[in-house]
Amino acid sequence: MKASAGGYARANNLSHAIELLALSDGMGRVLAGGQSLIAAMNMRLSTGDMLVDISRVSGLSGVIDEGETLRIGALTKHVEIGAHPLIRAHAPLLADAVSFIAHAAIRNRGTIGGALAHADPAAEFPACMLALGATLHIHGPDGERSAAAEDFFEDLFETSIKEDEILTAITVPKAEADERQVLQEVARRSGDYALVGLCLVARSSGHRISLLSVASTPILARNAMTQLDQGNVDGAVAALRAEIDPPSDTQASASYRRHIAGILLRRAVAQEKGDFA
Amino acid sequence: MTKAFADKVVIELTVNGEPVEARVPAGQHVVDFLRQDLGLTGAHASCEHGVCGACTIRVDGSSVRGCLMLAAQLDGSDVWTIEGLSDKEAIRDLQEAFIARNALQCGFCTPGMLVAAEELLAQGGVPERATIREHLSGNYCRCTGYEAIVDAVETVAQQRAGQVQV
Repeated sequence: MKASAGGYARANNLSHAIELLALSDGMGRVLAGGQSLIAAMNMRLSTGDMLVDISRVSGLSGVIDEGETLRIGALTKHVEIGAHPLIRAHAPLLADAVSFIAHAAIRNRGTIGGALAHADPAAEFPACMLALGATLHIHGPDGERSAAAEDFFEDLFETSIKEDEILTAITVPKAEADERQVLQEVARRSGDYALVGLCLVARSSGHRISLLSVASTPILARNAMTQLDQGNVDGAVAALRAEIDPPSDTQASASYRRHIAGILLRRAVAQEKGDFA
Repeated sequence: MTKAFADKVVIELTVNGEPVEARVPAGQHVVDFLRQDLGLTGAHASCEHGVCGACTIRVDGSSVRGCLMLAAQLDGSDVWTIEGLSDKEAIRDLQEAFIARNALQCGFCTPGMLVAAEELLAQGGVPERATIREHLSGNYCRCTGYEAIVDAVETVAQQRAGQVQV
């Protein structure tokens, strides 16, 4: 099918983009890399959008070392995240995630901000944000505000970004010296959406476990985190399988997803401890 | 609706080295623009949601999905399609290897496959077969079973690295 856009405007800068959203009568749709949005438009899942193209806005791309945190511009492309030395050194989970995201040509245009604002529960970056305890920076007519990742993802494809706002950057805490970050997932083919995916972050304050493709948003597995903090891997696997309520669909049944989630946790723990490459 | 948003967008770009000016509908994707407005039918519109790879072209030096980029976003871009890459003989060795190895049958996937493969080859060295497969995982071929395609790409990598006689 062919897309049916309501109109197109190229934003020159951030304040222009916010102005355009205000002029869109509630039909505004921020276009960045477009790797999910244009697919949705082509399938007519989204019609009549007044597109605000921010892909050329300067200052929204790149990675800055802020001392204790990294600030990642929303327009930073997946391919750049995967190769960036600061990301690889201080937030390796994000670099690892890139190899699981779609295919090379899509990673060349897709942006991290776009992936987070789209909030697909099967996507890798949203779950990574939960596991890392990231903060999302959002600009609107009244300036910038911040949202913790745990408050940002509200429902299926829904975030706390309001109609007149734009996600502009993400900050993630830099990994501690002995921190381990692991992403495990099962997909039927390379680049497909994961049937289930799991992020494990082991830091001095405790373990953080997030999952993708098991709910309408990425979720933290808090009971499993508590068990893992106590060194109880079997308990963590049991807790994880008990606390998730995954969907059944044409890709996998709920019980299979629950089973896989436990397997992924065991693999992630083994990888985190260095027993598994 | 407000005039801040346009139904048609004027773009200036280069396509296969030639300057192009056009006025494109807001929702038109790049492959339809190339095929219907410029008559460049090498890149194919197939799944139109980024899965099959038949529309893969080169924009500003990187492979992109032509169906997942709007023509309106091409302003100022440098676009190369299979027509231009063929004319300037940029990937002749790869095309010859595809023929020699029977790496195509119907040919529908081939233009996108070549652009994707060339992006990997341009990184230099001789990639592992698993790496070649991974890089081409976003380009579907329903004829060959991929083995011959991987053979062709691996052969060209070896040739370019001077490991085998051309």
